Amino acid sequence: MSDAPATLLDLKDVNVFYGAIHALRGVSLEVRQGEVVTLIGANGAGKTTTLAAICGLLKPRSGEIRYGGESIVGAAAHTLVGRGLVMAPEGRGIFPALTVQENLLLGAYSRRDKPGIARDLQRGFDIFPRLAERRSQKGGTLSGGEQQMLAIARALMAQPRLLLLDEPSLGLAPLVVQTIFATVDAINREGVTILLVEQNAHVALKHSHRAYVLESGQIQFSGASAALRNDPRVKAAYLGEGT
Amino acid sequence: MLRALGILCLGLAGAFGLHLVVSNAVPPYPALIVNMCGISIILAISLNVINGLTGQFSLGHAGFMAIGAYVSAYFTTTLRYFDPDAARYISEAPLFDGLWGFPPALLAGGIAAALAGLIVGIPTLRLKGDYLAIATLGFGEIVSILLSNFRAVGGTKGLTSIPGYADTFWIYGSAATCLILTGFLQRSTFGRALIAVRENELAAEVMGINAARMKITAFVYGAFFAGVAGGLFGHLMLTISPANFGYMKSVEVVVMLVLGGLGSSTGAVVGALILTVLPEALRDVERQVELSGFRMALYALLLVVMMLFRPQGIFGQRELSLKLLRRLLPSRDKPGRQP
Ligand SMILES: Nc1ncnc2c1ncn2[C@@H]1O[C@H](COP(=O)(O)OP(=O)(O)OP(=O)(O)O)[C@@H](O)[C@H]1O
Ligand SMILES: [Mg+2]
Repeated sequence: MSDAPATLLDLKDVNVFYGAIHALRGVSLEVRQGEVVTLIGANGAGKTTTLAAICGLLKPRSGEIRYGGESIVGAAAHTLVGRGLVMAPEGRGIFPALTVQENLLLGAYSRRDKPGIARDLQRGFDIFPRLAERRSQKGGTLSGGEQQMLAIARALMAQPRLLLLDEPSLGLAPLVVQTIFATVDAINREGVTILLVEQNAHVALKHSHRAYVLESGQIQFSGASAALRNDPRVKAAYLGEGT
Repeated sequence: MLRALGILCLGLAGAFGLHLVVSNAVPPYPALIVNMCGISIILAISLNVINGLTGQFSLGHAGFMAIGAYVSAYFTTTLRYFDPDAARYISEAPLFDGLWGFPPALLAGGIAAALAGLIVGIPTLRLKGDYLAIATLGFGEIVSILLSNFRAVGGTKGLTSIPGYADTFWIYGSAATCLILTGFLQRSTFGRALIAVRENELAAEVMGINAARMKITAFVYGAFFAGVAGGLFGHLMLTISPANFGYMKSVEVVVMLVLGGLGSSTGAVVGALILTVLPEALRDVERQVELSGFRMALYALLLVVMMLFRPQGIFGQRELSLKLLRRLLPSRDKPGRQP
């Protein structure tokens, strides 16, 4: 028996096409139980596509995706939520006409345990007191930062085992980014495994254990986040140093 | 559940009250308009579930209505016991004769329309917006053409001498049932999931909502009540023909929704009332100015003005609820404590 935590998510040689566009070219990556893994890359690198393939919104043309040891290729997105594979989509995906509370409750759509749902609703409000103040306000009237909080709180309502976060820092002021990432740390400490997609390599590398760098649909290199922060290749291309 | 039954009983009692008033104190022509209003209300509320809540764009409501109208009328006028040994009809009277035969006939119409909704809903899942509108429009036209060419149901002449079972009680009882059921649906988790599909299908899907199933269910639900409305229509007008269910009828129901506020059941009711009463009211105006066609021109003008000044419809997406009422009324109007 080894001491290394079990692999929760495993991608092997995944290829995704949009028509003729070859968006993912043999992507392989691994996320172990309890980790925060980040996937960084420039615009159009294929980060969102990778998450979409994992959570069942897109079917890869070839390759293998295993979650908790089982293949999930071809499983519909809505069936994976109940198994703890939950995504907070890019652009937050708030339901604008529904209230904050209704948005949160929809996060628990696949759950039936009423007391547990009520408890998690309260927990969401504890994590983000701003949401509690605005619980009967329409989701569409929230600020960008508040919407991101709502998106994360809503994803937590589904009791994720593996949480996929797509660019949670996008368009947010530095202070709000800090709040969001403090929450990411806290969620992870509670035992949720996280796969974090970011363009903001600075924060992403600070708040993760390991990282993969994606370019034009291919994993270029990977390693421990702390080490990558000093890697000259990362420094030049993603941390904006030396320019 | 108990509360739902209570409200439903209240609604049916209200329908019965209205029936007593209309049948005793209202002359035939206004009574007909009142009854038509009830049918329009059912059509609008049910289409709102498809177009308003789930955000699809169906232009096929008249097709579902036609199926309900024909099936239920077929039940009350034609369907008889058939003795296979003697190869002839046994009973003289139709199987679904009399007032007790009417509810099952209505239900049959609704179920037939719901089945059609299922059949239309599945292949059109891949279509969105304008494309779905065109596909459903096509469906409505196909129904109309099939009925025109089907001799057993009278071809273009349609069915005649349908018994006049649809009185104010049946019409408003059905309307109340539809409104109350839809109200509960809207407030349920299921209803919110429908709205989530409308607002952001991808996000809904990653919340665990089966968007395809939601859309089809909305179609089936809406089609069922359109079928019931059709059944009521047939048993109110006593004759039906494919011409009653052309695409203009579908457009009319869509206009009701847009006028009242797409997404709001309250809006659907108000839109249905206005668009049913207004053309009739304008008839008098037209007679006075002695200008034929004036009525429709004025009607169209009103719609244009309405859309210019309130494009979200009268109610927007809001519902008339106690909470809204309380907000609109001055605060001193709070109910006083009983001694
Ligand atoms: N629906 C689509 N149809 C065709 N091409 C697409 C589609 N979605 C994405 N692509 C292409 O696939 C590539 C990867 O896109 P993806 O959205 O995964 O990038 P990303 O890394 O998430 O970028 P960003 O940081 O801008 O969000 C891009 O070249 C994009 O143009
Ligand atoms: Mg992206």
